[in-house]
Amino acid sequence: MTPERKVRILIAKPGLDGHDRGVKIVARGYRDAGFEVIYTGVHQTPEQIADAAIQESVDLVGLSCLSGAHLHLFSEVARLLKEQGAGDVTIIGGGIIPREDIPRLKEAGIKEVFLPGTTLEEIVNWTKENVSPK
Amino acid sequence: MTAEITNTTMNILNQVLNGDVRAAAKLIRGIEDDIPEATAAMGEIYLHSGRAHIVGITGAPGAGKSTLLGCLIGEFRKRSKKVGVVAIDPTSQLSGGALLGDRIRMQKYCTDKDVFIRSLASRGWKGGLSRAAINTVHVMDAMGKDIIFVETIGAGQAEVDISHVADTSLVVLVPGMGDDIQMMKAGIMEVADIFVINKADREGADGLRISLETMLDGSPRQHEISHHSGINDVSPETPPDPGAHRPDEWRPSILLTEAINNKGIRELADEIERHREFLTSSGKLAERRRERAKLELTMAVETTLRSHLQKTDECYLDTLIDDLVQRKTDLNTAALKVIKLPTEL
Repeated sequence: MTPERKVRILIAKPGLDGHDRGVKIVARGYRDAGFEVIYTGVHQTPEQIADAAIQESVDLVGLSCLSGAHLHLFSEVARLLKEQGAGDVTIIGGGIIPREDIPRLKEAGIKEVFLPGTTLEEIVNWTKENVSPK
Repeated sequence: MTAEITNTTMNILNQVLNGDVRAAAKLIRGIEDDIPEATAAMGEIYLHSGRAHIVGITGAPGAGKSTLLGCLIGEFRKRSKKVGVVAIDPTSQLSGGALLGDRIRMQKYCTDKDVFIRSLASRGWKGGLSRAAINTVHVMDAMGKDIIFVETIGAGQAEVDISHVADTSLVVLVPGMGDDIQMMKAGIMEVADIFVINKADREGADGLRISLETMLDGSPRQHEISHHSGINDVSPETPPDPGAHRPDEWRPSILLTEAINNKGIRELADEIERHREFLTSSGKLAERRRERAKLELTMAVETTLRSHLQKTDECYLDTLIDDLVQRKTDLNTAALKVIKLPTEL
C-alpha cells in the first residue's frame, strides 16, 4: 500500500534549436518506463531550465541540443543548478555532439552524454541504474 | 516526535514561510512520496495557510487551459499578485509513468521569482483529488502566493473535487464541441463560477454562449442558491428572472477569450477578482472554506486509517484473518477491532 517513490525527470531543449522530435521520443520512452517526465518545450534559456528543475524538484535533467551550442548551454544549466543549491540533480545530455566534447561536458557536470544511434532502452537502463528518487 | 524531526520541521517551515522555492518544491515532493518528515512539516505549514485565492481551471484536453493560464499569470503579475500554479496531468495506467506538459505554455514566467509552477501526476487516484494536490496548494499559500491556480484535465471526479477546494471554479470550453457540454452537464458544469469560451474567434462561439445562457436559465442554481450554501430557496411566487441578481447569489458568468492572442484576458482576470469580492461580501467564502476543511478532514481520516492499518501488528491481523476465514467473526466487527473502536454499540 505504501506509494512507491517515482523518479522525476525534466526534459528540455536549451537555446535556438527547434528540432524536438528526438527529445519527444526520449520523453515518451521515459514515461513508458514508468518515470514522471516534465517537458518544457523548445527554445529554453538555461535559467528557465534550472528554475523549472528546482520548482519541479526533479532527480534528473535531460538536455537535448542539435545546434552545436551544447558546450555553453549544458555547462550553464549545470552551473545555475549548483549555484542555487541543486547540485545534486543529475544532468545528462544528447544530440549532435562531437565525441571530443564529451570530456569537457563531463567536467562541467554532465554525467552522461548520449550520441545519435543510442537506443531508448540504453537511456532508460542507464537512468534506472544511476538515478534514484532524492 | 523526536527533537530531530521537530528541528527539521522548523527548518522547512521557516524556509517555506520565507518563500524558498527549493525548500517548498522538496517538501511537495516529499508529500507526493509520503515521506514522514514531509508529512510532519506539512502539519505546521497547514496552520500558516488559508489566505490565498484558489482558482480551479478545468476543461477538455485541447481547450486551451494551459495557454489561458499562461496569459492569466502575466495579467495577475501586472496586478502585482504573487502566483502559484498546480498543473495536474494523468498518470499512465499502463506504465505508471506520466508526461507532464502543461509548463510549456507557462515557461515564459518560470524565472519570475514570484511565480511558482508545479506539475503533478495524478498517480492513479481513484475518483478524487489527491492529498498531494491539496497540500501543494497549502504549501504555495504558506509561501505567500496571493492567487493559486489548479489546472486539471476535463474528465472525471477530480474536477468536481477541485470545485470544492477552489474558491472560484473556471470551466474552459471551445466552440464546436457542443456535445461535450451535454456530456459534462451533470458534472463540473454545475459547479462552474465562470465559463470561459476560449478560441472565441472560431465559428460557433456565439451559439455556444447562447446555449450556456439557456442552460443557466434552466438550472436549479438560478432559483436556488448554489449547493455550497445552506440558504433556502427564494419564495415560490418570485418568478425566475435570469437578469436579476441577489447580493448573495452568483449567476455564473460567461466570458469569451482568445488566449493565443491574449484577448479577453484582462476581463477574465477582472471577473475572477469580482467573484472573489462577491464571495467575501456575501459570506460565501467562509462557507466554501468550511466545505473544503470538511473534504480534507474526510481525506485525512482515510489516510490515517490506512496508515494505522499498515502499522497494525501482523500477528494480530493474522488472528483476525483466521477468524474471518473460519467465519468466527464478521468483517465489520473485525474492522472496528483493527481501528480500536468499540465493537458493540
